[in-house]
Amino acid sequence: MANMAQAVRMALHYGEKHLGVTDVFGEDVGPPLGGVFTVTQGLKTAWNTPLDERGILGTAMGIAYAGGRPVCEIQFCDYAFNVLDLFKVAGNQRWAGGGTFDMPIVVMTPNGAGIRGSLYHSHSFESWASRLPGWKIVMPSNALDAYGLMLAAIKDPNPVLVLLPKALLRQKDARLIPGEPADADELSRMIDAPVGDRANWEPQWPNLQDYTIPIGVADLVREGTDGTIISYGRPLELCVQAADDLRAAHGHTFDVIDLRSIFPYDWRTISQSVLKTGRVLIVNEDTEVTNFGEHLLRRIVDEHFYDLAVRPRTLMGKHVPGIGMNQNYEMNSVPQLGDVRAAMRELATDAG
Amino acid sequence: MPEMSGEPPDIEEALLRRAGTRTAAPAAIRSNREAISVELALTVFRQMLRTRALEERSIKMSKSGEAYFWIGGPGEEAFNVCLGLQVHKGRGPAFDYLHLHYRNAGVMLAMGMPMIDHTRQLAMRWTDRHSRGRNFVGHYAIPEWNVVPVSSVIEIQYAMAPGTALVQKRHGLKNPAEAEGISIVVGGDAGTAEGDFETCLNWSTRPGQELPVLMVVTNNRFGISTDMDTVHAHRPIADRADPYGVRHETIDGNDPVAAWHGIQRAMRYVRRERKPFLLEATVSRLHGHSSSSGAQRNWTETDTLAAFEQKLIDAGAIDTASVRALRDEAKKEADDAVVQTMTEPQPTREDVYTFTYAESEVDAVYPKDFTGLPGN
Repeated sequence: MANMAQAVRMALHYGEKHLGVTDVFGEDVGPPLGGVFTVTQGLKTAWNTPLDERGILGTAMGIAYAGGRPVCEIQFCDYAFNVLDLFKVAGNQRWAGGGTFDMPIVVMTPNGAGIRGSLYHSHSFESWASRLPGWKIVMPSNALDAYGLMLAAIKDPNPVLVLLPKALLRQKDARLIPGEPADADELSRMIDAPVGDRANWEPQWPNLQDYTIPIGVADLVREGTDGTIISYGRPLELCVQAADDLRAAHGHTFDVIDLRSIFPYDWRTISQSVLKTGRVLIVNEDTEVTNFGEHLLRRIVDEHFYDLAVRPRTLMGKHVPGIGMNQNYEMNSVPQLGDVRAAMRELATDAG
Repeated sequence: MPEMSGEPPDIEEALLRRAGTRTAAPAAIRSNREAISVELALTVFRQMLRTRALEERSIKMSKSGEAYFWIGGPGEEAFNVCLGLQVHKGRGPAFDYLHLHYRNAGVMLAMGMPMIDHTRQLAMRWTDRHSRGRNFVGHYAIPEWNVVPVSSVIEIQYAMAPGTALVQKRHGLKNPAEAEGISIVVGGDAGTAEGDFETCLNWSTRPGQELPVLMVVTNNRFGISTDMDTVHAHRPIADRADPYGVRHETIDGNDPVAAWHGIQRAMRYVRRERKPFLLEATVSRLHGHSSSSGAQRNWTETDTLAAFEQKLIDAGAIDTASVRALRDEAKKEADDAVVQTMTEPQPTREDVYTFTYAESEVDAVYPKDFTGLPGN
């Protein structure tokens, strides 16, 4: 019953205790706050940094070069743009150095819209990130996957970017993380820092177990025959809701694929589903011009052109400079449930 | 840019001037109030000669078609050799980490790197241990000596040095016998305009968390074609350390005696105090920025090698015949390295993807290495 923030926190604790994580750091990551989304509360190795994203990633690289296992946070992915060259070097240094040094770092950062974050707390980063060869990029859509993907990110000896849909960080998962108490209130009492003075507070960690979701493995969360829906992160639950609605209302059924890994993505799962349905819709909230979903579309067209029954589709964020503060801006530029449902209905009923 | 000319001054005249008058060998080589032993001076001199021979042969390679792009550090030999000779060389946090830039051949030769490890990269061979023919020359990467991969991106190494130093500081606290490893980060004057320079100062001085970082700026007064005085207020770069309470010194990097002692003082402080130090060394740039600006010899700047040679001859520490023999030996070493390099294989089509990813037990698509688009 953990929410995603608690799930990531527990994964980081598991990483500190069992996987050799030496440092969890970033702006406001250490005590007293433990992260602006509470993701790093109570962690033994968490510490606060200067407000300097370049220093955060550079220091993580240095720690990794010297044999440490760092997990660092960019407080919002909106502030990752001034670190793009360091991201690039972290990803290319192994190739450029002929395999002389590994780069076992994890960078986590909240991603996307949905918390009334205005222009600079609403960006999506996955399309930018997908242009960083040498990195692996994952994005969970639920708390259990967040735990499992974070453990994979820590175990992988390559740079891994964990994009956390910020609108889902408070969302509880009906499923339990292995070792988590069944009672959500009990979990909260154990690992959530109290409001107010925390000077003497220490978390009581549950006896957590390993649960690793391999990188590059998608989750087929709904099965059907009337279309293939490829999504991840925050819009995934909209796709699932829309699939359930359309099944109830019209009897349409869909394969809904939660990609989970942006790179490497699970091409086999995509390919098999497209062969089955011949109908494809890709849904994400990043802006639509040069969107990662366009790459998937290109591969589908390249490799399954003659398997497609109808034109393949995308539903993405509008190519606008930002998410405006008034909700009318966000509702009309980021795919909403109604938009997803309409697009899926159109996909299923296209006569071809 | 300073005026450049392709013609050297009259060599015969220079040799006459260099004949020297002393007969008894001196005990030490002096500069102002500092001195180094003759034995050390001759070691430094020989490594400077080797470095110069390698750089000059490298420039020739870039012009002859044996290589394309050249960049390096002719003019920085005194400082770089004195730095390389004082590094605690080894692997892991007990030893020094080196965050270099692309003008540090002298550091590497002084540490014991064979010339062929340089020429293989310049000639883009598969045998290039630093990058498999992928990177520009001087972009070294040697895990056995903690030389982390050099990047062309100016100044980013300053953002990484606090990371290695953090691990070293912790390692030293746990293992008092291994508490002298430091992180040495080297860059030029122009790069100090980047925020990463300030990042290094800031992250190395968090209260109670000071880090053993030796920040080195080799100041040749130019960023490609831009004179430092036209884009920076005229103050020593080392003064940038003042607001952070970081110790600093500006030394004459063209004087091997001053360079040796300046580096020694700075290193001693960083090793023992486990705090940062900013060392600025003024140096020359004898062949311009790189082959992209022609790499012609600039005869208007102080030549540290010629000056030191003259000093050693004047002091009676060496004679012209010995200098000539050492120079010939160094040139032959460089020539031999190039001849061998050019017989070695180039990377092939099959090598494009290699070394992208380390092996991973948790990656279903790339368990071994990158193999092209997922699922192919």
